[in-house]
Amino acid sequence: MIEAHGLTKRYGQITAVDHLTFDVRPGLVTGFLGPNGSGKSTTMRLILSLDAPDHGTVTIKGRRYHGLPFPLREVGALLEAQAFHPSRSARAHLQALAASNAIPASRVDQTLQLVGLTTAANRKAGQLSLGMAQRLGIAAALLGDPPVLIFDEPVNGLDPEGIRWIRNLMKSLAAEGRTVFISSHLIAEMALTAERLIIVGAGRLLADTTVAEFSAASESLEDAFLALTSGGADYRGVPGGRPPRSAQQATRSKQ
Amino acid sequence: MTDHYRFRNVARMEWIKLRTLRSVRWTLLFALAGMIGIGIAAGFNTRNPQGDVTNNILVGGALGSVLFAVLGVLVMTSEYSSGTIMATLAAIPNRPLVLAAKAATFGLAALVAGELVTFAGFLAGAAFVHGAVPRPALSQPDVLRAVALSGVYLCLIGLIGLAFGTIVRHGAAAITALVALVFVAPLAGLAATPAGQFLPELIYANSLGATKPVQGFTLSPWAGLAIIAAYAVALLAVGGWLLFRRDA
Repeated sequence: MIEAHGLTKRYGQITAVDHLTFDVRPGLVTGFLGPNGSGKSTTMRLILSLDAPDHGTVTIKGRRYHGLPFPLREVGALLEAQAFHPSRSARAHLQALAASNAIPASRVDQTLQLVGLTTAANRKAGQLSLGMAQRLGIAAALLGDPPVLIFDEPVNGLDPEGIRWIRNLMKSLAAEGRTVFISSHLIAEMALTAERLIIVGAGRLLADTTVAEFSAASESLEDAFLALTSGGADYRGVPGGRPPRSAQQATRSKQ
Repeated sequence: MTDHYRFRNVARMEWIKLRTLRSVRWTLLFALAGMIGIGIAAGFNTRNPQGDVTNNILVGGALGSVLFAVLGVLVMTSEYSSGTIMATLAAIPNRPLVLAAKAATFGLAALVAGELVTFAGFLAGAAFVHGAVPRPALSQPDVLRAVALSGVYLCLIGLIGLAFGTIVRHGAAAITALVALVFVAPLAGLAATPAGQFLPELIYANSLGATKPVQGFTLSPWAGLAIIAAYAVALLAVGGWLLFRRDA
């Protein structure tokens, strides 16, 4: 369970995240959807205490991230940018992380096997293909067997096989009862993976809905998404709420 | 089983990270080869029997200190350039603890390596002293002190590098700042002023690594060592504070 309340982050003049309030529940995949630059990565950095919010709070099962006793056993995260040294092996990278949170060393090989990196484990991480590097990032997230998982743009740049693998992984993690929170700017991908959608634009919450509800009022999910995110960012969705008027208008004008 | 991550968990992570980068080993090997090579050249070419033969042989420490300082910088800045810092800080959100563990593991490794390359360079250089020049030996207390403290100096300058890397975060910028302040400033006229005996590189060359008094350096080698250690601690404290305050 992730709960954000009034989360706000400014970088100089730019407000990257603007009074964002939402929650992410266990047992299903929640998509965090928005155009590039809408504040998704910043929100994820705030969840992980990598950046400090100017206002508001975000908690994991009621606790701030930086107060977690063993963070990697509570929250696993794949960030958009690669987070490993190119000349260190995949195995060494995971060993270091495991040691930091007193995770048994045997878990490193288990996780490598889980993501299919066993044969590449001793190669320099910088020599891995994009898809394999993404698998290493996912291995790092799964290392502590955490109940909460956060993935920032996990399918970016992957081939169809890699995309399907990640999609199935996300779904199975949620089916195990975990909280799975995935950001993406690809509505079509989210439609296949997520059940719930939190949609942001310009750092603000545009809709908090389900895939089924969101697509019901429009010709297609894509229409609904584009109408929502290109229009004014003044719609505040409530769980179970309807898509904004602008989405309905956009659909009507097309007919 | 403890209920929270501890210093030893973080230190283990930092130790694994340090020993799994080949560049660290290559830099230390280069320092070893350089200290031995320069030590031999200096020992062989020393002609003045009245001079400070030990200090001559230890001149390779100038190269060694640049290498250790750069290594210290890179231990931190490579985390930023590669993105590893995000994995590190997500694993251990207590940032001062991360820096403390990094300083402890890198400092210990640099101390062992620093003593190793300094003793090796000295022994190699001393073996090539010839003619009328008296051969220095570790059995002479001043010589042993000069060699041992030179090794400690390499560790401390490495920690100063780590602090620069933490404060500046970009490798090239941190190395430029460090080289300008620590290695070039003494050449730019400060050496002749009373400030000279408070500059790390000059303390090293004229006091820590010397067996004969040098004019203008009235502080004992141990006081000089304490001054350099104080720089390292103060700079690391600034780095730790900035690491705590800034976004990753």
